[in-house]
Amino acid sequence: MLFLAEGIVGQKMTVGESQEPLLRMVGITKRFPGVVANDHVDLELYQGEVLALLGENGAGKSTLMNVLNGLYRADEGSIYVRGERVGIRSPRDAYELGIGMVHQNFMLVETMTVAENVVLGLRDLSFRLDLGGVKRRLQELGEQYGLKVDPDAYIWQLSVGEQQRVEILKLLYRDVDVLILDEPTAVLTPQEVDDLVEVLRRVIGDGKAAVFITHKLREVMKFADRVTVLRDGKNVATRLTRETSPDALARLMVGREVLFRVEKTACEPGDAVLEVDSLRALDDKGLPALRGVSLTVRAGEIVGIAGVAGNGQRELAEVITGLRQAMGGEVYVSQERMTNCRPLRAIRSGVAHIPEDRIGMGLVGDMSVAENLALKAYRDSAFSRGPVLHPEGMRRFAEELIDGFAIVTPRAETRVKFLSGGNLQKTILARELTACEGLLVAVHPTRGLDVGATEAVRAQLLEERDRGTAVLLISEDLDELLEVADRIAVMFEGQIVGTRKTDDAGRDEIGLMMAGDGMEKEGMAT
Amino acid sequence: MRIVFEKRERVSHTVRVLVPVISLVFALVFGAVLLLFSGVSPGAAYAAMARGAFGSSRALAETFVKAIPLMLTGLAVAVAFRMLFWNIGAEGQLAMGGLTAAGVALFASEGLPSWSVLPITILAGTLAGALWAAIPAALRAYLGVNEVITTLMMNYVAILLVSHMYHGPWRDPAGYGFPGTARLPETAWLPRLYGRAHLGLFFAVVAAVVLWFVLQRTKWGFELRIVGENPEAARYIGIDIPRLMLVAMLVSGGLAGLAGVCEVTGVMRRLQQGLTVGHGYTAIIVAWLAQLNPWAVLLVGFLLAGLLVGGDQIQMAMGLPAAVGLVLQGALLFPMLGGALFTEYRLRIVRTATEDFRTPEETGLEEAGS
Repeated sequence: MLFLAEGIVGQKMTVGESQEPLLRMVGITKRFPGVVANDHVDLELYQGEVLALLGENGAGKSTLMNVLNGLYRADEGSIYVRGERVGIRSPRDAYELGIGMVHQNFMLVETMTVAENVVLGLRDLSFRLDLGGVKRRLQELGEQYGLKVDPDAYIWQLSVGEQQRVEILKLLYRDVDVLILDEPTAVLTPQEVDDLVEVLRRVIGDGKAAVFITHKLREVMKFADRVTVLRDGKNVATRLTRETSPDALARLMVGREVLFRVEKTACEPGDAVLEVDSLRALDDKGLPALRGVSLTVRAGEIVGIAGVAGNGQRELAEVITGLRQAMGGEVYVSQERMTNCRPLRAIRSGVAHIPEDRIGMGLVGDMSVAENLALKAYRDSAFSRGPVLHPEGMRRFAEELIDGFAIVTPRAETRVKFLSGGNLQKTILARELTACEGLLVAVHPTRGLDVGATEAVRAQLLEERDRGTAVLLISEDLDELLEVADRIAVMFEGQIVGTRKTDDAGRDEIGLMMAGDGMEKEGMAT
Repeated sequence: MRIVFEKRERVSHTVRVLVPVISLVFALVFGAVLLLFSGVSPGAAYAAMARGAFGSSRALAETFVKAIPLMLTGLAVAVAFRMLFWNIGAEGQLAMGGLTAAGVALFASEGLPSWSVLPITILAGTLAGALWAAIPAALRAYLGVNEVITTLMMNYVAILLVSHMYHGPWRDPAGYGFPGTARLPETAWLPRLYGRAHLGLFFAVVAAVVLWFVLQRTKWGFELRIVGENPEAARYIGIDIPRLMLVAMLVSGGLAGLAGVCEVTGVMRRLQQGLTVGHGYTAIIVAWLAQLNPWAVLLVGFLLAGLLVGGDQIQMAMGLPAAVGLVLQGALLFPMLGGALFTEYRLRIVRTATEDFRTPEETGLEEAGS
């Protein structure tokens, strides 16, 4: 067997040797129509530890934690808290047992203050709200755990990192012993991640315990004392982090050897293809999202945009592809002025776009794979005679692409929403790369994909680059940018705060730039 | 044990057929209970209904007379709904079509070659419906004004305008004061096929065929489907949604206008009370039950017309109060509409986690090493 070389759990338990587990889930099974999300999964959590729940997308991590938090009810299995068997039917039950969860997308009311959000949903409030007491308690908790947030600030005024702190404060205010964090680092800068580690250390030092869900190996090594690996809804292994390695964990998670590096040759940039000059634009709320962005992408080069989500990356991609109005500045593609052109004009001049929201924007779920592959090409004469579509041509085109891009689908006529995440992305990639002539704008192209699909997508981006395409790659995953991009530009609050050649770029330096180049952010909160 | 309501993974053909059939059975049972309370034998009442709607060639012709406007407006609504434009205004578009047809036939046909009067009348009425629909379409497409409100409000304007015209300026001076225009010239009469059933049936069938082809096999139909399924994706692939919306609404309004033309030139042959009796609203039910499929619109339109005609018949045949017929119609429609939910969803009985799982002593956590 593959994974027997590592240390054996149960023999040398640091924290839990003689101790009763704080929490124990036994034989948890949860079925959804067509899938078994959790198949007799076991999990133990001891006081004073951070446990990582590691697995690829769809491995059943979030399902398991939602069972623990009372959002789902398990079909089979039982949960023990401090040795006692419990039934958890709702998040409120979970709170009463001392279990609380910070969800991936926060459950905060934007137009209310921090203190109001914290007491929201509490049952034992007096008729007259004593917000003063709440605030004092929040200050105490903040100091105790290093979670500084202004109780009077409105949620919408806070950065994403600060909102996460509010979510954690919410749990601490409720005296939770078990904190569940669902992919807590996805929205944070490297420095904010460090802060979060510090907070968690203090929390567990206080006799609490935390579970955090992730698919990032580096974080497991950094955060956790122990790690439980899930694959396809089943337990694969539980390890002490100090007795395992990222490679070993990757193998456990994926079930086979994983290549971490894609082959990459030095780039030979040609003429400038995309030129963006002091671009300004608003976000969906009408607030400035781009405040004078300038950048150039040359043929045969990948320029990565690093930054914490919500700093204008999405808006930048949308303005370039004609989906959003620019309020100022210029966009040139191959020397042609494309500022505020219609999306169709961008498509016709060879700009391809892998959108951030695959299902919401990139595909039509209820249409077939073949139709989705033809979403842009149906206008060509190969697919139609005059206004009448030519289904045979469409089908042949689809079969070629399904072959060429190794899209796994029962048939070309299968509705696209039945494909897996990786194959959805391959479908978009196949369509966009075929339509691409000159510029490719890729937004989070590997987000949520498993390791295998991620490798494939990154290799394809590099291949496209070597073919002479200019690639603008927007990603939250710094590792991805360091691996694939030739230059990295960092966006912060709608501006590009710096550009580095990937070879010269230090992870820490880029991390600092992502936080606004050391701009004092604490001041906003306190 | 508990019952959960969950979305079906895929909708099989069987389900698509079975759900309406079961809904119909359920509707008939529900209706039977109502009839029993009214002291009537359900069997006899249903038989009378069927006879009244389909029992003779006369009855069938009347059912078709009722079905034609339902089919045309049903198609109209279906086209708009396909691209998520909630056209509640078929009634008003129908009214404007009828009004214009009557106006052209009465006041503008003089001097025209007689063969051209009917085509011009039809064209004018259709165009009027289309233009009436274009107003809310443009407001929505370019200014984002909610079409549910505008189409609905414009119905009142159209309906009252029609009423005003035949009560006032266009009232037949030789009509003994009855509200209504003079009879249309015969050159503007839509030929009748049998009884009062007229050529509009042919229009409805042709419209359905053309629509089916356009929606399934043309670029335009492809774009319409994309917009209907995922507007964000449509924008992303460069479809000009406002323009598409405008064109779709011109088609939609045109079809509804044509329904009005047919009512005026084929059935009433004058403009009078009874043009706007709610076909445009019933059309929403037709389109919905037909799941926006043009063929199904024809079928549902016909069956629904049968229900309406038959419902009217039992009032007379069984000597029931008029309200019972209406209540029965509602009682039959309700399960049919509600049942449609089960094409997409299903009920499932699940066993809750009970006491039969492994005890912790039996399992332990031995998965890792050994």
